[in-house]
Amino acid sequence: MATLDQVGIHLNSAESRSGRLLGLRMVLAFFSMLLLAPLSLAQQTKNSCLDCHSQLDPPLHASPDEYNASIHTQKGVTCVTCHGGDATSDDVDKSMGAAAGFKGHLDRKQIPGFCAKCHSDASYIRGFNPSLRTDQYAQYLTSVHGKLLAKGDTKVAVCIDCHGVHDIQAPNDPRARVYPLNVAQTCSTCHANAEYMKGYKIPTDEFALYNSSVHHAALVDQGDLSAPTCVTCHGSHGAAPPGVASVENVCSTCHVFQAQLFDSGPHKDAFTSLGVPGCITCHSNHGIQHPSDTFIGTAEGSVCVKCHSAGEPGFDAAAKMHESLARLDSAIGRSDAILNRAELSGMEVGEAKLAQSEARDDLIKARVSIHGVQTAKVDQDVQAGLAVAQKTYQAGLAAMAERSYRRTGLFISLGITLIVLAGLALLIRKLESGSGN
Amino acid sequence: MGAAASMRHWLDERFGWNQLMAFVEHKTVPRHRFSYFYFLGGMTLFLFGLQVATGILLLLYYRPSPNEAFESVQYIMTQVRFGWLIRSIHSWGANVMILTAIAHMFSVFFLKSYRKPRELTWLSGMILLFLVLGFGFSGYLLPWNTLSVFATKVGTDIAGQVPVIGHWTLIFLRGGEDVTGATLTRFFGFHVAVLPGLVTLLIGLHLLLVQRFGMSVPPSVEADWRANPARVQEMRFFPNFFLRELMAWYIALAILGALAAFKPWELGAKADLFASAPPGIRPEWYFMFMFQTLKLLPAKIGPVAGDLLGVLGFGIAGAVWTLLPFLDHEKPGRRSRWIAGAGVFALAYFVGMTLVGYAAK
Repeated sequence: MATLDQVGIHLNSAESRSGRLLGLRMVLAFFSMLLLAPLSLAQQTKNSCLDCHSQLDPPLHASPDEYNASIHTQKGVTCVTCHGGDATSDDVDKSMGAAAGFKGHLDRKQIPGFCAKCHSDASYIRGFNPSLRTDQYAQYLTSVHGKLLAKGDTKVAVCIDCHGVHDIQAPNDPRARVYPLNVAQTCSTCHANAEYMKGYKIPTDEFALYNSSVHHAALVDQGDLSAPTCVTCHGSHGAAPPGVASVENVCSTCHVFQAQLFDSGPHKDAFTSLGVPGCITCHSNHGIQHPSDTFIGTAEGSVCVKCHSAGEPGFDAAAKMHESLARLDSAIGRSDAILNRAELSGMEVGEAKLAQSEARDDLIKARVSIHGVQTAKVDQDVQAGLAVAQKTYQAGLAAMAERSYRRTGLFISLGITLIVLAGLALLIRKLESGSGN
Repeated sequence: MGAAASMRHWLDERFGWNQLMAFVEHKTVPRHRFSYFYFLGGMTLFLFGLQVATGILLLLYYRPSPNEAFESVQYIMTQVRFGWLIRSIHSWGANVMILTAIAHMFSVFFLKSYRKPRELTWLSGMILLFLVLGFGFSGYLLPWNTLSVFATKVGTDIAGQVPVIGHWTLIFLRGGEDVTGATLTRFFGFHVAVLPGLVTLLIGLHLLLVQRFGMSVPPSVEADWRANPARVQEMRFFPNFFLRELMAWYIALAILGALAAFKPWELGAKADLFASAPPGIRPEWYFMFMFQTLKLLPAKIGPVAGDLLGVLGFGIAGAVWTLLPFLDHEKPGRRSRWIAGAGVFALAYFVGMTLVGYAAK
C-alpha cells in the first residue's frame, strides 16, 4: 500500500498532528452515533400505551395495525397527544399518572370540542395541510347532531362515530369511513337502526331506499365518486335535512338546467304556495329512480295526475308532452330497428347510426324541457329529433333497398352461372361421347 | 388465308406458336380416383388472378395513410359503384385462396407428388405458400381498423421473439418499434409491389416445372397401372380438363359473389393507436393454430421462455416440411409411413388448434 509520501501528500509535523486530532475526533463522533442511535431510535418508537393496550380485550383493546396506519400516527399525533400520559414508561403509575398529564377516556360530550382544539386551529392545521378546512366544529354546532348534543343527548353522532377513533383515515382514503363509497354505510349505523332511532320520529328506511336509487347506482356500479351520498344533500359536519324551500337548491347543485326550467315555469309559484318542495315531490328524495316517460302524462301512475284532473289546462299539457316524447321515442326506435336489420344483413350504416345519436340527444333535451312545463318548448326539441330520426330511417330504407338490389343481382348472376355451368357440362359430354376420352 | 390463320402464322414465325399449341393439345392429365385434387392448384391460380384484378380496382381508390386508409375503404364500401362487391370479393377471395393453397399443399403431400423429379416444384410451392401468407398478413392491416392494427401488433411481436434476428425483424416489419403509419406504408408496399413481383416470378417457375414434369400419379395408382397397363386412363388437358376447371372457377366465383352479397366483409371501427387491445383479439384463421399453441405454452419451459420455444418449434417444423422431398425415400417403406403419419398429425393439429382457438374465450 502506498504511503501518503509516495502518493505526493506530504504533511509537515504540525499539520500531521492537527490532522491526526481531527481524524480522532471524527472517529469518536462516528462511534458515538453508532452507540447512541439505537437509544434515540428506541426513544422515538417506544409506545408503552400500545404495548399494553394491544394485549387487552375490548373495550380497552387498541389494534397496532389500525393505529400505525391511521393518519394521526403518520403525522406524529400519538396516544399522548389525545390521552396525555407518558408513553416512554412501562410503569403504569408513571405512564398513566396525573403527573404525566394522563386524561384517560374522554366523555362523548367533550369529544367535538376536544377534536376542535386542533382541527379548528387554522395556524396549527396549516402545518399539516394548508387546504384542510377548520370550520368543522362551527358547522357541527349548527347541525341537528350538534344541537341535540348541546341539550345533553349523547346518542347523537360525534366526531369519532363517523371518523373512527384509532383508525382515522383521510377522507379521500378508500379505507376511511367517510370516503364517498362508505358514507351511506357509516350514516346507516344509526339511521337504519330502528331500535336505536326510536324516539327521534324520523324514518329509518333511508339507507334501503338510497341503495335502490340511481344515485347509489352511479356511485357504486359506475364508480362515479361525484354522485350524491348522504352528505351531499344533508351536509357532513353541519348535517341537517334541507328545508322545503331549499330542497331545489340542493338538487340544482348538479341538476342545473332542470332547476332553471322549473324556476321559469308555473310549477315554481304553485309549489311554493302549496308549501311542497320542488324536485322531490315528483322524484322522491332517498329512493330516486331513473325517470321514464311514464312519469309524465295522464295515465295512472304518472306524477301529473297527483295534482291535475281531466279538463284542467295542466292535465292537457301533461297529455301533450307525454304524446310528444312518445312520438320521438317511437321514431328513434323505428330507425334503430331498420338500421340494425340493415347492419345485420351486412350493409354499411355507420354514418346513419352516428347521426342517430343526435336524435337521442334531442330526446334527452325534450325530457329536460318538460321541467319548464311549456309544451311549445318541449315540442321544439321533439321536432328537431323527429327530423333527424326521419333522415336516419330513410337511410335505413335506402340500405335495405341496396341489400335487395344486391341480392337480386346475385340471383341473376347465379342464374347465369348455372346456365354457363350447364352449357359447359353439355359441351364436355359432347366432346367425350364423340372421342371416347 | 383467313384472319385467324394469318394471326397464327404471324405468331408461329416469331414465337413458335404451332409448337406451343402442339404441346398444349397433347398435354394429358391422369384420370383416377384422386384426380379431383388436381383442380386445387388451378383454383389457387385462378383466385390469385382474381385477387390481382380486384386489387388493381381497389388501388384506384385506396389511400395508404393512417388518416385516410379507413375512410378510403369506407368510401369504397359505401360510395363507389360496386365497390362493396370488389372489396368483399377481394377480402373473401384472400381467405379462400389461402384455403385452397393449404389444401393443395396437403393434397400434394398425401399423394406424394413431391417425389423425384418434382422436388423443386414442392420447394417453389412452399415458398409460394409463405408468400401467400405474407399477402394475407400485410393485406389485413390495410383497412386500418381496430382488429387489423392489434392483430398486426400481436403478429409482429411474435416475429420479434425469434432469437438473434427477432428484434431486427420486428423493426423491419413495423418500420419502427411500434405499429404506426410507417408500418401501414411499408405493408402497403409489400402487398402491392414486393410480394406480387416475387409471387409472379415463382408462379412462372412453378408452372414451368409442372409442365416440364407433367402431372404426378400417386404411388398406389402408379403401382396398379404398372401391374395392369390396360387400366391407365388419361384425359386431354385441353379442352377436357380445362373445361372442368372452368366450371370449378365459375362455382368459386359464384360462392364469392354470394359471400359478398350475404356477408360483406365488415369495415369495423377505425384504429385508435392509443387505445388498449380489445378483449379476445386474435389473428385470422390461418395463423390461429400457431397463436393458440403459443397461448397454451407455459411462460417458462425449463430455462427457456415458452413463447420462444414455440416460435422455434414452428420454425423447425416449417423447415423440415419444406425439405420433405429430400427426407422421404422414393420407395415405400417405414420412413414413408412415418412421414405420412406426421402429415396426418400436422393436418389434425392445424384443424384442431384452429377450432380450439375459436372456441376459446
